[in-house]
Amino acid sequence: MTTHRTRHRSDVWPALLFLLPAGFGFVLFYAWPAVQTFYLSFTDYSLLAAPNWIGAQNYRDALGDARFGNALLVTVEYVVINIGVQTVAALFIAVLMHRLTKSSLVRGLLLLPYLIANVVVALVWYNMLDAQLGIVNAVLSWVGIDPVAFFGETSTAIPTIALVNVWRHMGYTALLIFAGLQAIPKSVYEAAAIDGASEWRIFRGVTLPLLRPVLAMVLVLTVIGSFQIFDTVAVTTKGGPVDATRVIYFYLYEKAFQQFDFGYAAALSVVLFLILAGLAVAQLRLLRAGSSDLD
Amino acid sequence: MHNKLSKLAALAVAVPLALVGCAGAPGGGSGSDEITYWLWDANQLPAYQACATDFEKANPDTKVKVEQFGWADYWNKLTTDLVAGTAPDVFTNHLNYFATYAAKNQLLPLDEFVTRDGVPTDVYPQGLADLWTTQDGKRYGLPKDFDTVALFYNKEMLADAGVAEADLANLTWNPQDGGTYEKLIAHLTVDANGKRGDEPGFDKTKVAVHGLGLDENNGAGVGQQMWSMYALSTGWTYTDENPWGSHFNYDDPRFQRTMAWFRGLMDKGYLPSLATARSGTSVNDGFGAGKYALSTNGSWMINSYFGYDGVEVGVAPTPTGPSGKRATIFNGLADSIYTGTDNREGAWKWVKHLASAECQKTVGEQAVVFPALPEALAVAKEKFAAKGVDITAFTQPVDEGATHLYPITDHAPEIAAVMGPAIDAVLTSQADPASLTQANEQVNALFR
Repeated sequence: MTTHRTRHRSDVWPALLFLLPAGFGFVLFYAWPAVQTFYLSFTDYSLLAAPNWIGAQNYRDALGDARFGNALLVTVEYVVINIGVQTVAALFIAVLMHRLTKSSLVRGLLLLPYLIANVVVALVWYNMLDAQLGIVNAVLSWVGIDPVAFFGETSTAIPTIALVNVWRHMGYTALLIFAGLQAIPKSVYEAAAIDGASEWRIFRGVTLPLLRPVLAMVLVLTVIGSFQIFDTVAVTTKGGPVDATRVIYFYLYEKAFQQFDFGYAAALSVVLFLILAGLAVAQLRLLRAGSSDLD
Repeated sequence: MHNKLSKLAALAVAVPLALVGCAGAPGGGSGSDEITYWLWDANQLPAYQACATDFEKANPDTKVKVEQFGWADYWNKLTTDLVAGTAPDVFTNHLNYFATYAAKNQLLPLDEFVTRDGVPTDVYPQGLADLWTTQDGKRYGLPKDFDTVALFYNKEMLADAGVAEADLANLTWNPQDGGTYEKLIAHLTVDANGKRGDEPGFDKTKVAVHGLGLDENNGAGVGQQMWSMYALSTGWTYTDENPWGSHFNYDDPRFQRTMAWFRGLMDKGYLPSLATARSGTSVNDGFGAGKYALSTNGSWMINSYFGYDGVEVGVAPTPTGPSGKRATIFNGLADSIYTGTDNREGAWKWVKHLASAECQKTVGEQAVVFPALPEALAVAKEKFAAKGVDITAFTQPVDEGATHLYPITDHAPEIAAVMGPAIDAVLTSQADPASLTQANEQVNALFR
């Protein structure tokens, strides 16, 4: 027992050393910029001149900024559609894979959209969905439906962007859930089958409860990722028409890199950080991610 | 075993550290005998590479490294490099950005060099060189090219509609009924049943060809290719004075009536809705695909418009407005020197060469843009003609004095952030043109 313990302790230093490069990267590229951002959020900073301390002024401005409020709303709309559809679709695909096929070809195919760069996906869909020249509208008009300006209407722009990203991410999310499904012991399914439970009953009574910790993790990760929507907007609608797709990250980018208002942009990103942190904690609590029903 | 582990760990730490060390070494800034030069237009890269080769022949001790980055990356990269102190010695500058950079002391004033070497600044078309001087009279660039806006048309659609090309040179416009210009647009609009926009029974909900195309870009408060040629032809001006105005006129009835007329074209089905225009492809691709008969756009787009297979294209000047004159924005680019350059003399020599007749003629040879110097413009005109493009429609307003300078003011990005959504809201009928008065107040508040 004692030898075991000494052995344990002597491994600590090499372990720390191995962690150091990652820690170094974390401090340099995440922690330090985060601290810097926090500091800059209390300053008036135009990048090309030294920051000027102005206290909480940026936060007071943010409170009265209607466009920031709009950006939050638009982002929430995006996240709700994106995560809602994506989670259901991914869960469905994962269960199908789990119950029906072991083919790694199918799994590979599902992952394909995720392997294409975000910007490329956005641009291809942007072209395909064009009201006058896009192939999707050509098909729609062929079945007698009037063209829809998916990206161009203020009412459809955000749902369109959300669904394009569902298309790209659902295969990947499905694989994460699929991994969780494989951790569920076969015996519980056999037991359910012996009891004569239907597929739906098995899904409701066995799969979903046992999948909860994995689903919680997937939701936390995808929701945070979803809030950071930027690239699709940046290469397609650029925040328009009017303010329909001016999501929070795009607004922040405009403030910082187009209007050189880095202090204000920093304040907005701190607010966003607080919102996301709160959301992640709430999610983990609600979904009891730490415990499993398998115990 | 532990020893080995520790060594491995140490190595794992040392390698990334070493890499970071490399990244810390000065990157972008060039050595004293090399000048780095940036531009964003890939089409112009061969021309400026040729200028660089000529320059190096004449100045064997100075090398020029020409680098090109796409428009979107260009300004982000330039800004971050300015902050890091690694910006290029010389770079192509745009009027939208130059005021900000000059105000933040990132650009080297050229006056001292211009006076010393006796470089003429009165050889350019009227006003072009003045665009690059700030309010305190300092000069930050020598004009290299210029651009104007004109009306591209589809020759076949004109012929089908029985319209003579020559008639397009005499179009008139007013914000009440749109004049002969709107009549032409209506006539060139065709619905799915083949009915023209000016015929009874025209179905505006099923338009096959819009008479006029709508630019997919957000024109913000300038509307350069979108609505500026109408608004400016009423006698309206963006600001109280230009350059360096400090009061905007978006509350002027002439401007708001113009916007009301423009939106009216959408309601009538002659112009695609904003939603359609922003739904995926560019206005020039729509034109190339036969969705628009007419399209207003800048001279920098000539090669795109004339590049579509099987589309016969012509260019006419913009219509004559209530002021009795046509109107177009007159804009241009210049080369600026970074204050942090470690070779001011070399950078200046290169800028001087870029502004010279020799280099501008080389650029003209490529027939991509209009060089700023008249003698080089003549070369370009000839080369464009050889490609089947008559650029008269673009140069005529310059000769007629019908040009208006791009509005140069402080706060340009903030103004765009206010006016972009405000004008979108008018064009999507979410707001009345009168709402632009309120936007104007927001804009003018920036100058207080």
